[in-house]
Amino acid sequence: SELHLSKLRLTKPSKSAALHVDLCKATSPADALQYLLQFARKPVEVESVEGVVRILLEHYYKENDASVRLKIASLLGLLSKTAGFSPDCIMDDAINTLQNEKSHQVLAQLLDTLLVIGTKLTENPSVRMRLVEVACKHLTDSSHGVRNKCLQLIGCLGPVEKGVAKEVESQAAKDVQKIIGDHFNDQDPRVRTAAIKAMLQLHERGLKLQQAIYSQACKLLADDYEQVRSAAVQLIWVLSQLYPESIVPIPSSNEEIRLVDDAFGKICHMVSDGSWVVRVQAAKLLGSMQQVSSHFLEQTLDKKLMSDLRRKRTAHERAKELYSSGEFSSGRKWGDDAPKEEIDTGAVNLIESGACGAFVHGLEDEMYEVRIAAVEALCMLAQSSPSFAEKCLDFLVDMFNDEIEEVRLQSIHTMRKISNNITLREDQLDTVLAVLEDSSRDIREALHELLCCTNVSTKEGIHLALVELLKNLTKYPTDRESIWKCLKFLGSRHPTLVLPLVPELLSTHPFFDTPEPDMDDPAYIAVLVLIFNAAKSCPTMPALFSDHTFRHYAYLRDSLSHLVPPLRLPGRKLVSSPVSPSITPHEDPSQQFLHQSLERVYNLQHLDPQGIQELLEFTIRDLQRLGELQSELAGMADFTATYLQCQLLLIKALQEKLWNVAAPLYLKQNALASAAAKQILEETYKMEFMYSGVESRQVVIIHHMRLQAKALQLIVTARTTRGVEPLFGMCEKFLQEVDSFQRCFISELPHMQGSFVDKLLDLMPRLVTSKPSEVVKILQTTLRQSTFLHLPLPEQLHRATANIIEPTGESDNPLRFTSGLVVALDVDATLEHVQDPQGTVKVQVLYPDGQAQLIHPKPADFRNPGPGRHRLITQVYLSHTAWTEPCQIEVRLLLAYNSNRSKASAKILKSTWSESLEALPQSENGIEGTIPFSKPVKVYIMPKPARR
Amino acid sequence: MPEIKVTPLGAGQDVGRSCILVSIAGKNVMLDCGMHMGYNDDRRFPDFSYITQNGRLTDFLDCVIISHFHLDHCGALPYFSEMVGYDGPIYMTHPTKAICPILLEDYRKITVDKKGETNFFTSQMIKDCMKKVVAVHLHQTVQVDEELEIKAYYAGHVLGAAMFQIKVGCESVVYTGDYNMTPDRHLGAAWIDKCRPDLLISESTYATTIRDSKRCRERDFLKKVHETVERGGKVLIPVFALGRAQELCILLETFWERMNLKAPIYFSTGLTEKANHYYKLFITWTNQKIRKTFVQRNMFEFKHIKAFDRAFADNPGPMVVFATPGMLHAGQSLQIFRKWAGNEKNMVIMPGYCVQGTVGHKILSGQRKLEMEGRQILEVKMQVEYMSFSAHADAKGIMQLIRQAEPRNVLLVHGEAKKMEFLKQKIEQEFHVSCYMPANGETTTIFTNPSIPVDISLGLLKRETAIGLLPDVKKPKLMHGTLIMKDNSFRLVSPEQALKELGLAEHQLRFTCRVHIQDPRKEHETVLRVYNHLKGVLKDYSVQHLPDGSITVESILIQATAHSEDQGTKVLLVSWTYQDEELGSYLTSLLKKGLPQSTS
Repeated sequence: SELHLSKLRLTKPSKSAALHVDLCKATSPADALQYLLQFARKPVEVESVEGVVRILLEHYYKENDASVRLKIASLLGLLSKTAGFSPDCIMDDAINTLQNEKSHQVLAQLLDTLLVIGTKLTENPSVRMRLVEVACKHLTDSSHGVRNKCLQLIGCLGPVEKGVAKEVESQAAKDVQKIIGDHFNDQDPRVRTAAIKAMLQLHERGLKLQQAIYSQACKLLADDYEQVRSAAVQLIWVLSQLYPESIVPIPSSNEEIRLVDDAFGKICHMVSDGSWVVRVQAAKLLGSMQQVSSHFLEQTLDKKLMSDLRRKRTAHERAKELYSSGEFSSGRKWGDDAPKEEIDTGAVNLIESGACGAFVHGLEDEMYEVRIAAVEALCMLAQSSPSFAEKCLDFLVDMFNDEIEEVRLQSIHTMRKISNNITLREDQLDTVLAVLEDSSRDIREALHELLCCTNVSTKEGIHLALVELLKNLTKYPTDRESIWKCLKFLGSRHPTLVLPLVPELLSTHPFFDTPEPDMDDPAYIAVLVLIFNAAKSCPTMPALFSDHTFRHYAYLRDSLSHLVPPLRLPGRKLVSSPVSPSITPHEDPSQQFLHQSLERVYNLQHLDPQGIQELLEFTIRDLQRLGELQSELAGMADFTATYLQCQLLLIKALQEKLWNVAAPLYLKQNALASAAAKQILEETYKMEFMYSGVESRQVVIIHHMRLQAKALQLIVTARTTRGVEPLFGMCEKFLQEVDSFQRCFISELPHMQGSFVDKLLDLMPRLVTSKPSEVVKILQTTLRQSTFLHLPLPEQLHRATANIIEPTGESDNPLRFTSGLVVALDVDATLEHVQDPQGTVKVQVLYPDGQAQLIHPKPADFRNPGPGRHRLITQVYLSHTAWTEPCQIEVRLLLAYNSNRSKASAKILKSTWSESLEALPQSENGIEGTIPFSKPVKVYIMPKPARR
Repeated sequence: MPEIKVTPLGAGQDVGRSCILVSIAGKNVMLDCGMHMGYNDDRRFPDFSYITQNGRLTDFLDCVIISHFHLDHCGALPYFSEMVGYDGPIYMTHPTKAICPILLEDYRKITVDKKGETNFFTSQMIKDCMKKVVAVHLHQTVQVDEELEIKAYYAGHVLGAAMFQIKVGCESVVYTGDYNMTPDRHLGAAWIDKCRPDLLISESTYATTIRDSKRCRERDFLKKVHETVERGGKVLIPVFALGRAQELCILLETFWERMNLKAPIYFSTGLTEKANHYYKLFITWTNQKIRKTFVQRNMFEFKHIKAFDRAFADNPGPMVVFATPGMLHAGQSLQIFRKWAGNEKNMVIMPGYCVQGTVGHKILSGQRKLEMEGRQILEVKMQVEYMSFSAHADAKGIMQLIRQAEPRNVLLVHGEAKKMEFLKQKIEQEFHVSCYMPANGETTTIFTNPSIPVDISLGLLKRETAIGLLPDVKKPKLMHGTLIMKDNSFRLVSPEQALKELGLAEHQLRFTCRVHIQDPRKEHETVLRVYNHLKGVLKDYSVQHLPDGSITVESILIQATAHSEDQGTKVLLVSWTYQDEELGSYLTSLLKKGLPQSTS
């Protein structure tokens, strides 16, 4: 035990000694409790944990008051959790404390402490075995709390591996499953729950549960207590996943069924349990029971209606029949739903039918939590079974009318997810489309998404959809984009169904000329989007177009290129598709254009400065235009344009006459150059943080550009400030930055031959020893001589964009409120390609007096309607002192960034720099800023003076 | 044997005039006190003379419980309490207490003012009757007297409807009233805990029906209204003032809100407005959605539904009107119907059942030409639709409630005999409990097997449970103690305490028993053999061989002597105190079987 002693010596005496003194001073149990409570508030260093534990134990044995012992026991657990502390040295002592303890509460707490110790020492099987044995011994305790903890301990630490269990002699540890199973019938419901949970815990830890438990678990489903039933449902589910194909007998008959089917029936039964907690649990689990036979699955949607002992058809069945008989949408008559055949009264089974109608009940439940769970389960089951998907359609459509919006939304999403498996009947489509009038934008947009991937069976269906969408458009004009997009997909999915509709839709007439529709009418554009997208895979369609349709096509192809596909129109090849034969068909011409213009720029770096500038200007203009036209390429084009813009600014700044003349004379030029440097810096932050898909290859170039801008800043400052003192600091800082650049991007340096940084690093030894004025001189020449770095483009690049839908900024009615009080302004915005919007997107309010307010929206204000898209719906609170007349404030969205978060640097830092993290210069560490990324919206407000 | 007696005075194999007498453990309770819609003579009220021919009812009834405000459950109440005479407590929930007098007053007006009947209860009587009412909360246990307690459970159906548990000691009865197991737009579903009553008295209106999902009906209803309004047509919905009307209002109101519709919706004034007021107040009795959103907006504060004025019926353009009464037999709904019937753009939606002979029934059965008063012929061109919105539990719902409550017996009321028969058979078959369906005036007797509670002192309980293994739920546990029956209470105490309380001296009682064993060996050898045998069999007990040649098993003494006549027979004397009776008798039976033929 020499080791032991040395360990003790290592412990800091201060902490434990203080505690010891405190506890000795305590005159009453209440006093001691106070000391312990105070002690618990302060953290204990790893080294002193053991010492403290020993002191606590010493007092534990002396203490007569149970509440103090309880606190000590809980402190032991808390201390064992200390990171870096290995509790094996105190385990024996902790176990010993159990021996003479009389208080059940303290016993339970001590077992809890053992559990903490055990979970920290899971690697050690013998420790676990010992603890399990201890737990088994206390299982006979009369207090539920103690039994509870024992079961928890066994569940968490019980042997899972087969091999270990065999070696151990102890009877108790051999079959943990049996020990836990015996407590399924405990008299206390809390212990029963704990037993089931322990069993589930064993399962989670990888032990294969025995099938014999199944019948026991089934009995627990009828327990009086909801927490027992809820846990039992879980256990049954686990067993059904373990032994799906086993055969179990049906009680009171000679038949047998698969275990998974039996379990499915039982869980279905729980969907109509008395407690909603159990109902939610059951409904959720149903979704993941995919192995169930289709026969049972389909029963869940059939409630076996009857009326007055006669079989009745459901409304769904009647609707289907009406539809197939060709008599669509007849009014319902009195007695229309009259029951048909007589039912054999003996054969009707009212309750034991298990799966029968489970989902019908679940979807009708009074708690929306249950309904949502049921919808989710339907979704999961339908995704794996097309025939079930077909059957559950009617029920999902019904849920579109639920009273809670969340449920409606969830069912629309579900329908979208299974839409590959289904084709909507006309009457179903009719119900779906009726929801387009919903006043909630979320619902409508979800519905548009759904229609994008819906299969429609008839041309009437398409027509119906179009009519309803146009109605939607007139009612809610802001849905324009979403509706157009929806029609785009509807057209391209159903070209043959659209074809017969074309004459009617374009109102063409074989003999008469019809008036030319208004090209700016969103409804007309919607129709054209549908037709053009259908025409893409239907070459016969353009023959039906009239002259103006072709003109409109050309216009829309240009202005709404993301919605209108390229068409091969007869006789118009040259105009509409300037595709040269040399280009392979799958290569997009615009993409081609982008690359060509970039190559041109990169190749012509040795032209005279004037030429370069002009070329850059042209290219930037081209790229910006390209971005506007081709939305898919917008990110790419903007990104490169920004880069070229930086380069252009840099070249311009270096061309200034400033450099040749004495500084004070050219203050104006000086301003230009420093403004250029500042702008380049800003642009580089935009490039780094506003685009999704930026890779480390691009980050290097961006950082390099930033370095150049900083060099420029340094030169400008050197030119304009007198005295050398301030320059010292600046130079040093700059050199540090070069250094950190080199360390961060060392792997990329070989690709940067002839660049600014490359040259600079060659000169580094000289720079370190030079005076500031010389450094500046060197920098200036290097900047001029360095080559223009080629910016490689990633596969996908998207610029983060935001669009404020609400407020619209059109209102002339000022928002009036009493000064000093607040007014809530609803802000609704769509965000695209923003990563982690919860962390980065802020709302800024600018008051006319220049005061700016930054609001951090709550994480719950962001919704995620689709990949890469987010929607921010929040409230901004405004306030101001009184004004004499209404004035406009500006609201806009900002993207916050922190250079620490930069993906590339973070990655590199972690991999190669973990040990010298602290050596990193501070300047590079914490630059935070914001980039405005939405158009500002003006809101008219009027804070009135408060009336006295 | 203790018994519960149930006698329906109304609603036995019938719908209407609900009134059920229950006597349980010496207490008499009357459940509901309704009128019958089908009769205008004495048969409209239950026959209270069944309870007593002369003398006040108060002496015979401990309390009256009203389940909800529908007239077939409370219509006879003023007659019963004021005219026949009852002064005891009447229990109902708060909403029922609020709305019940409005309906009673309305009922009185129609009977007295319109039909001109005399000898009917007056407004004052209604007021006096309501003074006797005690309002209860959900899940509140109300102590009627020292032994009788009642408790209300949520029943859905209409606002304030409740199921009642009536409990005396360990015996209990649950009366469901009318209930609904599926939620609707304004009310939740009925719920009860596993109270395991001796008897469940359930309504059985839809005993032979399993209903379709409510959603299809709702959707159909909304679609029809929407289409008609969009066409520019007018929609007439005849309703009864309370219950379904509120559900439909909420349905239309939320739909209008969701779909941003502008067409006006009207509600005919009067009774309804007052009632709506109460609906606004009793938010806690409504469904999840209304309860959760009322902070932002009370759903019964209708934005789109306005009060109707007679002149509005002639306004051009689309509109929706809710008008009373529901069967189109008189009043405002009929007036509006006559105005609008001629236009095929318009529509009338009947949301419920119509009695034969009413205009509602005629148009539902497809009649297109109606003869009105004064030989006028009214041609019906408007569309006629039927939508059933019913708020009773269907067969599955009834079974579900039985499953939840786990009663030992079921009794069906409030339904047709033929249909009950089917459900009764199903209940007996599936739950293995007996089911009854008495007719009016027929008494059903149910024998109960109540458990009798006994107080036990904690010390004794702890001491007794400490002996032996852990208590097992499945096995009854044997306990030793003294049962003291005194002052109508039972107590189980330790013998010492009983002796002390009763001032008695303790007597020792010992059983001795002789067992003959054939064993030719010497006495001490026999003793050794017995010792070894017992030691082997009784592993959990302490078996000792004392130096004086006797054996003790716990406190039981065994001695062996040779038989005076036959030396080959040994006599074993077994002696034990009466506390060890169990072990002692076991030991003798063990020894009587003889010793094993051991080799050693």
